[in-house]
Amino acid sequence: MIDQLSWKVGGQQGEGIESTGEIFSVALNRLGYYLYGYRQFSSRIKGGHTNNKIRVSTKQINAISDDLDILVAFDQETIDVNYQELRSGGVVIADAKCKPTIPDDGKASLYDVPFTEIAKELGTPLMKNMVAVGASSAILGISADHYQEVVEEIFLKKGEAVVEKNMEAIRKGAAYFSQQAGGQLDDFLLNEADGKKRMFMIGNDAIGLGAIAAGSRFMAAYPITPASEIMEYLIKKFPDFGGTVIQTEDEIAAANMAIGSNYAGVRAFTASAGPGLSLMTEAIGLSGMTETPMVIVDTQRGGPSTGLPTKQEQSDMMAILYGTHGEIPKIVITPSTVQEAFYDTITAFNMAEEYQCPVILLTDLALSLGKQTVEPLNYEKIQIRRGKLEKEPNLPEQAPEEYFERYAAAEDGISTRLLPGMENGIFHVTGVEHDNTGKPSEKPENRQRQMDKRLRKTETVPYRFDEPIYTNDPYEEPDLLVVGINSTRGAIQEAISRLDEDGFNVNHAHIRLLHPFPTEELEERLHRAKKTVVIENNATGQLASIIRLNTGVKVESILKYDGNPFLPAEIYSKCKELL
Amino acid sequence: MATVKDFRNKVKPNWCPGCGDFSIQAAIQRAAANVGLEPHELALITGIGCSGRISGYINAYGFHGVHGRVLPLAQGVKMANRDLTVVASGGDGDGFAIGMGHTIHSIRRNIDMTYIVMDNQIYGLTKGQTSPRSDAGFKTKSTPDGSIEASLNAMETALTAGATFVAQSFSSDLKELTSLIEQGMNHNGFSLINVFSPCVTFNKVNTYDWFKENLTKLSDVEDYDHTDRNKAMQTLMEHNGLVTGLIYHDEETPSYQDKIPGYKSTPLSDDNLELDREKFERLASEFM
Ligand SMILES: Cc1ncc(C[n+]2csc(CCOP(=O)(O)OP(=O)(O)O)c2C)c(N)n1
Ligand code: SF4
Repeated sequence: MIDQLSWKVGGQQGEGIESTGEIFSVALNRLGYYLYGYRQFSSRIKGGHTNNKIRVSTKQINAISDDLDILVAFDQETIDVNYQELRSGGVVIADAKCKPTIPDDGKASLYDVPFTEIAKELGTPLMKNMVAVGASSAILGISADHYQEVVEEIFLKKGEAVVEKNMEAIRKGAAYFSQQAGGQLDDFLLNEADGKKRMFMIGNDAIGLGAIAAGSRFMAAYPITPASEIMEYLIKKFPDFGGTVIQTEDEIAAANMAIGSNYAGVRAFTASAGPGLSLMTEAIGLSGMTETPMVIVDTQRGGPSTGLPTKQEQSDMMAILYGTHGEIPKIVITPSTVQEAFYDTITAFNMAEEYQCPVILLTDLALSLGKQTVEPLNYEKIQIRRGKLEKEPNLPEQAPEEYFERYAAAEDGISTRLLPGMENGIFHVTGVEHDNTGKPSEKPENRQRQMDKRLRKTETVPYRFDEPIYTNDPYEEPDLLVVGINSTRGAIQEAISRLDEDGFNVNHAHIRLLHPFPTEELEERLHRAKKTVVIENNATGQLASIIRLNTGVKVESILKYDGNPFLPAEIYSKCKELL
Repeated sequence: MATVKDFRNKVKPNWCPGCGDFSIQAAIQRAAANVGLEPHELALITGIGCSGRISGYINAYGFHGVHGRVLPLAQGVKMANRDLTVVASGGDGDGFAIGMGHTIHSIRRNIDMTYIVMDNQIYGLTKGQTSPRSDAGFKTKSTPDGSIEASLNAMETALTAGATFVAQSFSSDLKELTSLIEQGMNHNGFSLINVFSPCVTFNKVNTYDWFKENLTKLSDVEDYDHTDRNKAMQTLMEHNGLVTGLIYHDEETPSYQDKIPGYKSTPLSDDNLELDREKFERLASEFM
């Protein structure tokens, strides 16, 4: 019996690969297993190889696995493309229809199951994915009955008969496989899971749910991979809360709409990826200058330009920090797990209002689209903090020439905020430099005072942010400190535990707040380590540069920018070279 | 009840003496008072240009955004608080060059707000370059040999895009302009009002006198029917766009807000943001 294994299904885009992975994993999730799923897809909608890799474990996991135990193939191309990933002793289960072959290197064994044939006999070739699910479950030692609930949820609206047919497809797939394999394959039998109920969601779902929990009721966005799921989720959910999503004509409109809405008192936001973010930079400046809260989610993908739109990269960090013109206060939060994506979204909305500035929630494709088991979310931890927003100010009568001092001096740089529509609270807002009432002013003293006030605001952020750096530092003077950001967390953790087994002392620091940079927290750890290496998915070592800039400490880099996330083994072997 | 005086804030505009924008300011103030608004119920959202400064010259909530983006900003405000009367304004460069995409899509979207374009057929703030409303052959600092681009037929474009309220006026005609702004504010949907507003400093062709000579009042056009889109289009073409008055008004089509499923009838900005546990758990359970 084993505690974890990794499974992948592949075929042509549009062939039901996604639903195969979905049904398989949802059933396992309900049995209490921890899952981590990662889809590989291209920008083509139909055709083109796609695959869905799912790691199943009895314990929490945060990364894809180095290799593969089971490959389910709907075509020969899937075998050709993914065979090298199989571990020795692995298994290929392929549709007999494609007359599958595997290299005769003795590494893996092939079972050809007539997915399409069985499905056709049951009425429709579309059910071939159910047959594949059945075969996969048989190998894991999981009874077909466990699928009943999931299958009902999907098909009951089409009638009992459809549910029964699909269940039959699963059972037939399982039976065929067991017969062909001559019983159970002991190497693949999973230990029983704890049966606890947990969520299973992609990072973007967590952000959408987080936005609702944070009290957001309006989103303006323009579709782009890998951000679109956020708006797609909220388009379904916001109406229940009286709100809505507007699909705008472009990202410039989206960002400005979000600013307008925040100015008028609604927690509104937008989400995009690199190209859209570039279009939003002027609006980010407007939010900073006018001290209007706004939340932007940037789901990084391969750049520059339209780059690798469906692939992993972490190369917008510099653009986020330096993208807009002039100098503004801003906050950049970087979740590294799906669970954090939920809580961080709430923090982003809170901080945007508390600090009255743009907050960017920076994720990456692997996190935004990676599907992960999430421990039950804690309702008690959901807190709404609106900062210095006065919802019911008791203001003295206002003569037309007496504007409310929206930008009044304040020690912490944050002034009281009112909303348009409030009686006796009229003030002016402008992206032009302005005085305390919002009236344009170019006076040198005023400029300096307002600039200082704005920039002073975010100084306290690193001390108020729950966990600006996630750390695991068991060693006082580690041989190596590994630093990462966003989705690389799990792969780094696994690499470190292997290095640990090899006898090396390695600490881990994962950046959760990129700006204002938690310099003090990291500095101390950098100084204690004999060597530091920064792991990131880009070609120029952006995070390493930011660390050097803030701490003055020289660090090594391990970079990967081929479009794929890091595998634990890659980090492990590269770190070992450095040690 | 507020009067025109209540909408004055004593800030001295930095417009050139004689600029057409002064009368537009006066017309907005009068219209706001006439429709019964209190200053705090009006949000004046503006673009960048000489014209965009108007948000600072009227006693109301004002937000002066970035160049060409006034419409998304204003729509965001209205989405958040549907009780506010939202008026957006800016120059013809702001609305028909850099912001043209937003103008077209705001027309299509039909959110309830009023957009006033202060059309001086030139770029004022950047000191006299050609605008999309400049006539072909018009000489400016950026077109020293005369513009070789055609002027944009803004009103025809708006009609084609499906506008539910299209009007045009001349800043000197305070009475007509005020009345059109009032009608725009009362229209449940997106109202576009283009106002010829002479730039006395940089535009020496399209002057007050020039407009007086060339503009035709729709009220003087026989049988003009502002509910007839075809007629509107035809009249605009016959007069090369140089007409003033209510060009087209569709009172039947509901506004965007009226069509959003589930959208609250009270301002979203009044909402309590706390989510109750039961609702949260129901949402969470969908992922189990
Ligand atoms: C993105 C951007 N590009 C250019 C400018 C410079 N700019 C400011 S106002 C303006 C045009 C002004 O013309 P118009 O909108 O017609 O207004 P007017 O000044 O004539 O009232 C330009 C190009 C800017 N502020 N922002
Ligand atoms: S430059 Fe022209 S548009 Fe600008 S204020 Fe002067 S007259 Fe008016």
